[in-house]
Amino acid sequence: MAILQEIKHLLLKELLLEKRQKYSFIGILLYVVSTVFVCYLSFKIITDVQTWNALFWIILLFSSVSAVTKSFVSEKPETQLYLYTITSPESIILSKLIYNAGMMIVLSMLCFGIYSLFLGNIAVDIPLFTISIILGGVGLSSLFTMISAIASKADNSSVLMAILGFPIILPFLITIIKLSTNAIVGADWSESYQYIGVLLLLNLIVVTLSYILFPYLWKE
Amino acid sequence: MKKNWWKILSVILLCYVIVAGFIIDVPALPILHETIRNLFFHVTMWFAMMIIMLSSMVSSIKFLSKFKMTADVWAVESANTGMFFGTMGLLTGMLWANYTWGDWWVNDPKLNGAAATMLIYLAYFVLRGSLDDEEKRAKVSAIYNIFAFTMLIVFLVILPRMTDSLHPGSGGNPGFSTYDIDDSMRFVFYPAIIGWTLLGVWILQIRVRTRFLKMKINSNV
Repeated sequence: MAILQEIKHLLLKELLLEKRQKYSFIGILLYVVSTVFVCYLSFKIITDVQTWNALFWIILLFSSVSAVTKSFVSEKPETQLYLYTITSPESIILSKLIYNAGMMIVLSMLCFGIYSLFLGNIAVDIPLFTISIILGGVGLSSLFTMISAIASKADNSSVLMAILGFPIILPFLITIIKLSTNAIVGADWSESYQYIGVLLLLNLIVVTLSYILFPYLWKE
Repeated sequence: MKKNWWKILSVILLCYVIVAGFIIDVPALPILHETIRNLFFHVTMWFAMMIIMLSSMVSSIKFLSKFKMTADVWAVESANTGMFFGTMGLLTGMLWANYTWGDWWVNDPKLNGAAATMLIYLAYFVLRGSLDDEEKRAKVSAIYNIFAFTMLIVFLVILPRMTDSLHPGSGGNPGFSTYDIDDSMRFVFYPAIIGWTLLGVWILQIRVRTRFLKMKINSNV
């Protein structure tokens, strides 16, 4: 399986880059911390389920945009050209998807910790909320990975990231907010299965579309 | 004349729809009353829009498989025409909502879907605007078009089924299919869909031809 080998090496490359440029992940983390702190100072305490939940996901949405943007937008054209000559586009997009998903899961867990620390944790069903964070993190990261690949082809890519991504992320965001609301109020799990199913389906669609469409985008 | 039969059909169907839409007997349903006639002018707009947007996506797929610039022109002009029908759908819906629900805009899954559709295609035009190279523009926007349309279908198909809507026919609200008492509405509704779609194709064809002529003029200068 050549593609698995390629993905492995590309993932190692990403990790190595991350290790060498620690500031990029720490920068995103600081972004999350300062956003949460701004919210803390503006709200002081949130007891309303809807506000707490919506604010949490909005913070995650914006931090995922800035975290994932760097995967294609801030990559040098020379690096991309080099990668193009030695690997297949499929393994590049898959490795980026896996890497960004892992990063977003870590980031959203940390975000949840910091958010609970400052604004208080009102979630009753922590396991279900964790599931929704994992699904949400994976979904946000995979969608924005593809959007970042598209936006990197244009000039004003940072603006494009938001306007291209936000309308498409809406179905995902609405479903994830419903699922996490269930987790916060401690609803029965049987009420949440359909949302988990939809989220898995959406993730699957995004990954499949990225896998099919990325090779076209990659060719210049 | 043989080639243009569908244009004549479109005009005839639309004349029939406009006349019949206002004079046929409609079932007197609660909340809706006479405004149920908007079915022929509002709901059909969305049908026509979705069909034309689908043709936009098909053109994008065609472009990616053959790399012909003509397919790109079809894709962008379909999106333009679709946006026109989308705007009409929003306006007719808002006008209706103001009298039926008492507000121009309410929080409803179908309205959110409509708004997301408009945002996605506006983003598509912005993306096209920010790419200068023609082939690159065609390729990148085709990819976004396919990606966005697929997500949109998921949005419009799955989400409204998971929540109640204020729209007639869902969430216990009366609609023409819930009671199924009046088949006469179907005799106007289906021709209306066909008529508006054909009109859309007509507009689309003219727009594409204009675009081709402009390209020809530009290449001669």
